[in-house]
Amino acid sequence: MTDEAPLAGSAPLIDAHAHFYHAASGRSDWERVNAARLRAGDRIGITYHVASVLGSYGHTSPTYFPSPADVSAGNAAMAQLANDPRIRWYVTVNPNYTDHALGEIERGIERGAIGVKLLASRRADDALLDPVCEAAAAHGLPILHHIWQHRTREWPNQEISDGRDLARLAERHPKVAFILAHLGGGGDWAHSPPAIRDVANVYPDLSGSGVDRGMLDLAIAILGARRLLWACDLTMETGLAKLRALDAIGLSADEIADIRWRNTARIFARDAFPRCEQ
Amino acid sequence: MIDCAAYIGQYPFRHLPHPEPDVLVRVLERENLSGAWVGYLPAAWHRDPAPGNEALFTALAPHREVLHAAPVVRPDWPQWERTLRDVVEQGAAAIRAYPMQWNMAPHDARLAALALACAEIGVPLVLTVRFEDLRQRHPLDVAGELTGAHVRALARARDGVKLVVTGAGRDLIEEVHWGLTTEEQRRVFWDFAWVWGPPEDHFAHLLRTLGAERFVYGTHWPLRLTQNSRANLDLLPDDLRPAAITDARTLEK
Repeated sequence: MTDEAPLAGSAPLIDAHAHFYHAASGRSDWERVNAARLRAGDRIGITYHVASVLGSYGHTSPTYFPSPADVSAGNAAMAQLANDPRIRWYVTVNPNYTDHALGEIERGIERGAIGVKLLASRRADDALLDPVCEAAAAHGLPILHHIWQHRTREWPNQEISDGRDLARLAERHPKVAFILAHLGGGGDWAHSPPAIRDVANVYPDLSGSGVDRGMLDLAIAILGARRLLWACDLTMETGLAKLRALDAIGLSADEIADIRWRNTARIFARDAFPRCEQ
Repeated sequence: MIDCAAYIGQYPFRHLPHPEPDVLVRVLERENLSGAWVGYLPAAWHRDPAPGNEALFTALAPHREVLHAAPVVRPDWPQWERTLRDVVEQGAAAIRAYPMQWNMAPHDARLAALALACAEIGVPLVLTVRFEDLRQRHPLDVAGELTGAHVRALARARDGVKLVVTGAGRDLIEEVHWGLTTEEQRRVFWDFAWVWGPPEDHFAHLLRTLGAERFVYGTHWPLRLTQNSRANLDLLPDDLRPAAITDARTLEK
């Protein structure tokens, strides 16, 4: 922890889309990267990182198509990492293996998971996602779904979904809150807000390396500040830049608080973020 | 500190909010930057750069203390040498070139001639790796990203060349830097607007391995949030703060 004043102020701040690595991630510097996330998080003023581990990150099975064994190993590592009081976690599942996915959700809940992470192992509106969504609904778990902003073609190594695909899934499961991953994370961000405008249980997170001018303005204009979740994903400097941009574009203090943490706190279980409520 | 990578004008592939010089002046003040090298964004896709340069000088004239023109000189255009002299006489702080948009290969002799001519006059040559993320490009935006081979070829052209490469990521920066001699490395400066910060810490890695003096401050306004470069500096590990990056103003003639 640092003694310096947080760069983004001392008000609560939740990163709704983070990742950590582990020994089986296939990279020797995994501990350094995890430490760097926490170091930068403290510097920014992140109260909670809501994180997932994506199997072996391609080391022993593909990142977006993780094998059941890698999913389990990753979730076990994530549960250990979440012993840090700054970390909450999503249990990752591959919906191609229904029994395993449902079992991982149960095991995840026992170990403290507060949400479900879906990658790009199956199109978002595929029927195989329904059992996962039903389990999430039964336990009150939001689902963070990897998204490509505007699917115009297939991309290698992932079965990409866009806002329209996720909206169809969300309409089938109105009791589940769906987080549309990384509005700034690749593809045409201008496509996503109108694609989900009328589906109130879809909440875009603002993460991603993209910091295009106009993106935040468009999302706020179409969806309003009550639908947006602040997040970083793989690049934390872009998260800080977006926080500063939210200040610069003239949002009210209430709207900024909604995006910083209140919207996230609303869609997760009531007691998920106690230090934000203090 | 100045911003070496700002523009005015619209972008062909998506709408940009308020890409006007008076807005840029206010943004620079908010970001505590003393000025900017400013290009005319549509000119990257124009065949004849002259009308864009004229529009740029006209638009910046009321703000000449803060906004410094970075016009385009296209070395396959008739009398480009005269154009170079003229725009420098008009006050150009740097020259912009877009080899990918002009379909020029890395070892195109005309590019080398432009780099040599800029070196002769003492004016920096600005190269742009990309305007947008590869994953969101318009189907008609097919020029591709500036290659390391382009930059290496120009850096090797002669002593006195000053290249400012904007929009590169770690991979491109490293493949160029470590493919040059020590003397050639000193001819290349990079902005870090597209370099990843924590947790991967690519920017910190580059500062440690290349040296902070190789980096200049660029925002890519009005395409990108100006806050990003500042955030990258603010999130450096303690031992790298404050990093003594180069003020692009010191590279001017």
